[in-house]
Amino acid sequence: MRYLPLTRADRAAMLEAIGASSVDELYSDVPDGALLDAPVDLPSHLGEMQVERDMMALAAKNVGASSVPSFLGAGAYRHHVPATVDYIIQRGEFLTAYTPYQPEIAQGTLQYLFEFQTQVASITGMDVANASMWDGATSCAEAVLMACRATRRKKAVLSGGVHPHYREVTETYCQYSDTEVAGRDGNPEQQASVEELNDLIDDQTACVVVQYPDVFGRVQDHTQLAEVCHAKGALLVVVFTEAVAFGAIKSPGSFGADIVCGEGQSIGNALNYGGPYVGLFATTQKLVRQMPGRLCGETVDQDGKRGFVLTLSTREQHIRREKATSNICTNSGLCSLAFTVHMSLLGEDGYRRLATLNHENACKAADALDAVPGVTVVNDSFFNEFTVKLTKPAAAVVETLVSKGVLGGVPLSRLYPNRSDLDNYLLIAVTETNTDEDIAALADALKEALA
Amino acid sequence: MTFTTHTGNRGLVLEEKLIFEQGQPGRTGVDLPEPKGTKTRFGGLDRDEDVGLPGLSEPQVVRHFTRMSQKNFGIDSGFFPLGSCTMKHNPRLNEKVARLPGLSDLHPMQPESTVQGALELIDQCAHWLLVLTGMPAVSMSPAAGAQGELCGMMAIRAALDARGENRRRVLVPESAHGTNPATAAACGFTVDSIPATEDGRVDLAAFEAKLGDDVAGIMLTNPNTCGLFERDVRKIADLVHEAGGYFYCDGANFNAIVGRVRPADLGIDAMHINLHKTFSTPHGGGGPGSGPVVFSDALAPYAPIPYVVCNDNGFHLVETADEKDGNKPFGRLKGFHGQMGMFIRALTYMKSHGADGLRQASGDAVLNANYLLARLKDKLSVAFPGYCMHEALFDDSFLKDTGVSTLDFAKAIIDEGFHPMTMYFPLVVHGALLIEPTETETKESIDQFCDALLSLVAKAESGEAEFFKNAPYLTPRRRLDETAAARKPVLRWKPETA
Repeated sequence: MRYLPLTRADRAAMLEAIGASSVDELYSDVPDGALLDAPVDLPSHLGEMQVERDMMALAAKNVGASSVPSFLGAGAYRHHVPATVDYIIQRGEFLTAYTPYQPEIAQGTLQYLFEFQTQVASITGMDVANASMWDGATSCAEAVLMACRATRRKKAVLSGGVHPHYREVTETYCQYSDTEVAGRDGNPEQQASVEELNDLIDDQTACVVVQYPDVFGRVQDHTQLAEVCHAKGALLVVVFTEAVAFGAIKSPGSFGADIVCGEGQSIGNALNYGGPYVGLFATTQKLVRQMPGRLCGETVDQDGKRGFVLTLSTREQHIRREKATSNICTNSGLCSLAFTVHMSLLGEDGYRRLATLNHENACKAADALDAVPGVTVVNDSFFNEFTVKLTKPAAAVVETLVSKGVLGGVPLSRLYPNRSDLDNYLLIAVTETNTDEDIAALADALKEALA
Repeated sequence: MTFTTHTGNRGLVLEEKLIFEQGQPGRTGVDLPEPKGTKTRFGGLDRDEDVGLPGLSEPQVVRHFTRMSQKNFGIDSGFFPLGSCTMKHNPRLNEKVARLPGLSDLHPMQPESTVQGALELIDQCAHWLLVLTGMPAVSMSPAAGAQGELCGMMAIRAALDARGENRRRVLVPESAHGTNPATAAACGFTVDSIPATEDGRVDLAAFEAKLGDDVAGIMLTNPNTCGLFERDVRKIADLVHEAGGYFYCDGANFNAIVGRVRPADLGIDAMHINLHKTFSTPHGGGGPGSGPVVFSDALAPYAPIPYVVCNDNGFHLVETADEKDGNKPFGRLKGFHGQMGMFIRALTYMKSHGADGLRQASGDAVLNANYLLARLKDKLSVAFPGYCMHEALFDDSFLKDTGVSTLDFAKAIIDEGFHPMTMYFPLVVHGALLIEPTETETKESIDQFCDALLSLVAKAESGEAEFFKNAPYLTPRRRLDETAAARKPVLRWKPETA
């Protein structure tokens, strides 16, 4: 086996040094009858070529998102990832490193984490960010738990604009810690007003969670909501699914948000059928000690040279055990490196321009689709994703579009299986990767499907 | 000869400023088309403040990250015997396969008809895990080991709720990973610690005495964090079941027994598997991981959404708790469907090894650890007697009276060109040194490591404590001031104010 270096002679010599007669003897603590004497019922080893062939056969049964005009979003977005990103993250010194617990030989990882934290804080308009979470949805849940710790309250109000997966994960995380999750499902035709959310805030409310842009694509100002929350002693949590957006729209920090978190996949990371992704998590200086997850900080070494270490780890499970701020250990290290490299390539000009191009393409698509009989664009505002209402159920239309070679969007019925009133709504994401021909293909296919 | 250079660089070890200290306005590392100036539809929320990102060209960015990478130690660099982390070789074939466009370029919300290969891949990966553990069900959702624990413990909570029982106490051995008590607490359980015996296992009598009708279950790592197989594991399973509780097994150390012992035969109810340890998906400097959880029949109905099923129409992804299939999922753990990129790598690894190779791998892992133990046992102090599993545990009594601490000793190992072992864990041993060589290491490299360790022991015994206290000497940075970092945290770069 190509990964196993021990030879027969090595094994014999080692057993002799140990003083054991066989490898089985080393397993003598295993209870009687539990030690298998033959391989389990699975295929035998394969050479590299055969494995590759097997896996390529599985890949061939899928339709790659970039192989056809594709308009799927709803929390994961197809963007162009520069070749440099993948080259850097495949360098063995990054790929095969462990969590940087020995900082003298992990300055590479630590320095990029410090840069990552700075980038995340900058785009969200916040003071500080952590070294990543698992994804946007788990970040949302952790933000709610953090708000509860910080305010010593036990209720979270989730706006209807929050992605259903984020809501479900938050409910899952809260269900066994006596934390109430309030707030109704959203409506693509009507935004929740500040008054409506205000009515749900009581003296037990730790936070209000809004998504920006929201799950239907709308861009809403939350400055007033932040004031309302703070007046009642609650925190404002702003979640997001599209990290490119902040190159064009106001940062959540500018609203007065206390915690800003969400999905970082859009920058540097492939779609990967839903994972691994990278949760971004930012907050104010005041709340930093309530944060979940790893933090990288600046310090100096014995010779006075600047260096970086993991810090404030007394918040974490390996020190605090059952009193930790979260049970998170492994995070999304390499995905955060991909984010950092892509963001470094973009820089101020590239990031702003990328966001603008996304928006311009989305505007173009919205206008093209609005002109299709049977399609109405619902949104007044959007970044790169918007909701359309069709004259037929969207799930069936999407299937028809597949037969025409177009991945035409996410039917809201997939996100809200119990909301029959949303059956005719379709969520459409448009990025810099979509060409004019793609948009025309979608419009044409929709025209035929709805005729 | 030591001397200072003008640049601060030392040959191949190059000083590298932060990316924020290198930018120039007007530079960029991407070529994007000129926007057309379309009127925006942001409802007046156009960003007018600067983001504050530096501008660099592509070659600058490549050089920046390349230089940084050269300050990192990875498995590819050298021997990395970090106990309980299973730093085995990460095959490049896994990386190549994970980047096939038909696998990496799939949107999680694509219609099922366009992702049948992806669902089949998840199903195949699940099948391998089920056969290797002997268990009837698996949830592929969890993002990492800690979330796997959450998955298992939430299933236990849901099963207890379904039984109408209010059991809230979870028994956790003192030697457990910190994630275990943190997870139990996150599920609303209280943690009751079980002491260890003189030989590093669960104290069966103490465990039995703690059982009662308020016990939800036990979280037990097996092989345990001392690198030992829990001899009484079946007895523990029987006792906890008789008391009406469940057996959660932390599978972090599954690498020692893959293809040789099926956890199902030990009586477990749930166990997470770290694909980034046992099945070679890269640690990536701290993630991403993946922590699928296998379940017994008693807990299987409570597994979270989503999950893959196969029916007459092919593979189907169940994404709602309302599917009329008799299951009662406790909820959803993360966005979308789990760490697909890790399933691809783990399946590639499992197919490469096959049933025969996986069995060989666990055997070699245990052989390597016992060989290392045999080579070091006379000079280092072995924590517990007998054979070990995939890792060997020592305490710091061999350093007694030398003035050298476990930390000092580990830092000196860095100068010898190795990554240190895990230090000060598990907590049941004073000044613990936990060494896990893994099966992908040669006898020669283990010998070299042992020789180096023995030379350091001799050095410590000869009264050179000062040498150890200041180690390492040859690294890009010397010991870092962690106290200062925590006292006044600087967590981001800020422009210097004039």
